[in-house]
Amino acid sequence: MHEDALTVDRLQFAFTVTFHYIFPQLTMGLALLILVMKSAALRTGDERWNRAARFWAKIFGISFAIGVVTGIPMEFQFGTNWAEFSKSAGAVIGQTLAMEGVFSFFLESTFLGLFLFGEIRLGPRGHWFASLAMFGGSWLSGYLIVATDAWMQHPVGYTLAPGGQFGLGSFWALLLNRWALWQYAHTMLGAVQTGCFVMAAVGAFYLLSNRHRPSAQLFLRTAVIVGVMAAVLQLWPTGDGQGRMIAQYQPASLAAMEGLFHSERGAPIAILGQPDVNNGTLDNPLFVPHALSFLTYRTWAAEVRGLDTFAPEDRPDQIPLVYFSYHIMVGLGTIFMAIQLLAAWKLLRGKLYRSRAMLWILMLSMPLPFIANTAGWITAESARQPWLIYGLMRTQQGASQLVPAGDAWFTLLGFFGLYTVLAILFLYLLYIEIERGPADEESAPASA
Amino acid sequence: MGTLWFCLVAVMLAVYVVLDGFDLGAGIVHLFVAHTDSERRMVLASIGPVWDGNEVWLLAAGGTLYFAFPALYAASFSGFYLPLIIVLWLLALRGMAVEFRSHTSGPVWAPFWDAVFALASLLLAVFFGAALGNVVRGVPLDSGGRFFEALWTNFLPGPNAGVLDWYTILIGVAALSALTLHGALWVAFKTEGEVSARALHLAQRIVWEVAALTGAITAASFYVQPSLLHHFAGHAWGAVFPALAILGLAGVVWFSRRGNERNAFLSSCAYLLGMLTSAAFSLYPYVLPSSIDPSFGLTVSNASAPVYGLRIGLIWWLIGMMLATAYTAYAYRGFAGKVKTDAHGASA
Repeated sequence: MHEDALTVDRLQFAFTVTFHYIFPQLTMGLALLILVMKSAALRTGDERWNRAARFWAKIFGISFAIGVVTGIPMEFQFGTNWAEFSKSAGAVIGQTLAMEGVFSFFLESTFLGLFLFGEIRLGPRGHWFASLAMFGGSWLSGYLIVATDAWMQHPVGYTLAPGGQFGLGSFWALLLNRWALWQYAHTMLGAVQTGCFVMAAVGAFYLLSNRHRPSAQLFLRTAVIVGVMAAVLQLWPTGDGQGRMIAQYQPASLAAMEGLFHSERGAPIAILGQPDVNNGTLDNPLFVPHALSFLTYRTWAAEVRGLDTFAPEDRPDQIPLVYFSYHIMVGLGTIFMAIQLLAAWKLLRGKLYRSRAMLWILMLSMPLPFIANTAGWITAESARQPWLIYGLMRTQQGASQLVPAGDAWFTLLGFFGLYTVLAILFLYLLYIEIERGPADEESAPASA
Repeated sequence: MGTLWFCLVAVMLAVYVVLDGFDLGAGIVHLFVAHTDSERRMVLASIGPVWDGNEVWLLAAGGTLYFAFPALYAASFSGFYLPLIIVLWLLALRGMAVEFRSHTSGPVWAPFWDAVFALASLLLAVFFGAALGNVVRGVPLDSGGRFFEALWTNFLPGPNAGVLDWYTILIGVAALSALTLHGALWVAFKTEGEVSARALHLAQRIVWEVAALTGAITAASFYVQPSLLHHFAGHAWGAVFPALAILGLAGVVWFSRRGNERNAFLSSCAYLLGMLTSAAFSLYPYVLPSSIDPSFGLTVSNASAPVYGLRIGLIWWLIGMMLATAYTAYAYRGFAGKVKTDAHGASA
């Protein structure tokens, strides 16, 4: 096998999936917010909600299109770069991936078209239903992808033939994997936070530049009310639940995430610090004593396994990456909760729309949830290493055997180039749509 | 079970080619049949609400192939590494072109995306044809069910063949002309005025080229893969598939002469279905023949997933596809009739 190709295969998957997930997290979050707006429009009959929904549907449309064109390569790369994995495990994970195509994509693509172009033809109820179908399609898609990843993190419901071929053992075990349920809740809340921060940022930008005031206030109200709930639920119970599941099933991953090199009773949590893998120490640490033991096992003195209890070949191969991405995710999640609680408090007291400092904070926070979601996924996927299917198949066993490194480099560089162009175009179109803004003066739906 | 899923995947891929084929074809012909910005917007409006739904058939077929025939998915996607990734790039460029063209306008912006759209559509048609050519010709699968093909070697369909050789290029050109015809008929059917007339005229000219290439690829396929002929000889009922293709092509000629654009387009659908089902029928039970040793080839039995998963899959697949067919039908029904000339804000 081409050993040198393995690194390139990993880089290419990491790069393409990281870039791809910028867009689904936004569309899944916006799908919920658009549904909230359309429901408010249907209930109150207030045309302002429809205008706001129409504006966000345009942003949704651009992001959805880029999500689709960057998503197709994800499905196909399982075959191109990870042929050995696909051959062994395709009978299992192909189930959830094919279900995504059959159940979600048809639903989403049909109803997005109807939502964007059929407002008059469908009528208010039909248009609300289209937003519900868009929400259902995109969130179902999210579940099936998380269930696919969850099987790699915590394989259940499979059979294993002597030749190393996995087969489906139980459909419901695969679909209702405990890991998938926690991971899904945590992932979707992350997507909702992205949607909320983007919506709040655009609202804050309009208020600070004194444009589109009526719509901007709706954006902020919706984003902060939904956002504060998502921010709290993100940490507890979903973050906590996922963390304890990792402690139970992937103790080596937990040790790498926390930078715990040696087993300890009453283990602390490191808020800051830089792991030194060669010497097995955490430099410049800032500890909260006993906190890790408590959070993991609910007793202050429990023993937590350190990296030293695992054979070197069973430890994650990029410990600092795991450690930092985890800390960035948790740190940002905590900051989000603080920002959203503060904004919600100001909203409650009727001061949010006039508080320039708060508006500046909300506007400038826009990139942060993208970073937090990305860091979360990097944590999950690099902490799973060296396993491709946890405990069953190592990453190097899964790569395509006959694809030369040169070909993999060629396509990796091609993806760099193409996605750079895509990113520039996305930002340009986003700028155009935000400049145009919601149609505050006209009240009729745009075109048929 | 393997045979059933072979038929289902073949049907999904055939539906994909028929549906996405017309919007690929519309992309190929639109520079020639639509000259002004409003004419081109009309062509785009004729595929606008449906093209990404059409593309979903490729994803759904890919996913179905993945879980039903994991060994085939693994072998073919890694073996055709470069062309497959290039196809992904072309699909991305094409999606960008349709999506981005509509968001802002200008004398530089729109023509640029029109050209990207046309070029990506054209190359996709050739690559899809060449891919089918490779499957028919066979690939150097080893005893472990693996192979790797360079993009091209000496352009000969021997044991050391690349993805592109004279045979697969011929199939690629045939696919290009068939989809050009298909797209032209769609545009003729869905638009009106000058654009529709030009598209119909183009279709009437290119149909003879399609007929000639159909003859050529049939002869070439039997020459490159003589075993295909045996399958037809042993199962005479299989002749209905090529007959469907021939009838379809005759229908295109007949109906386009009489100006019946809808039936001409439907005949073209029949032609494509006939060609694809002929190929699938003549390959069976192989899903990917080996050019090294016939016994190394992947078949419906040695490449398929264990039977429990296939059974479970059948249940949700049927439910899902019924729903999908319902949405697709609903989307097309709401989109019936000709696209209006001043299609406002034509886009995806």
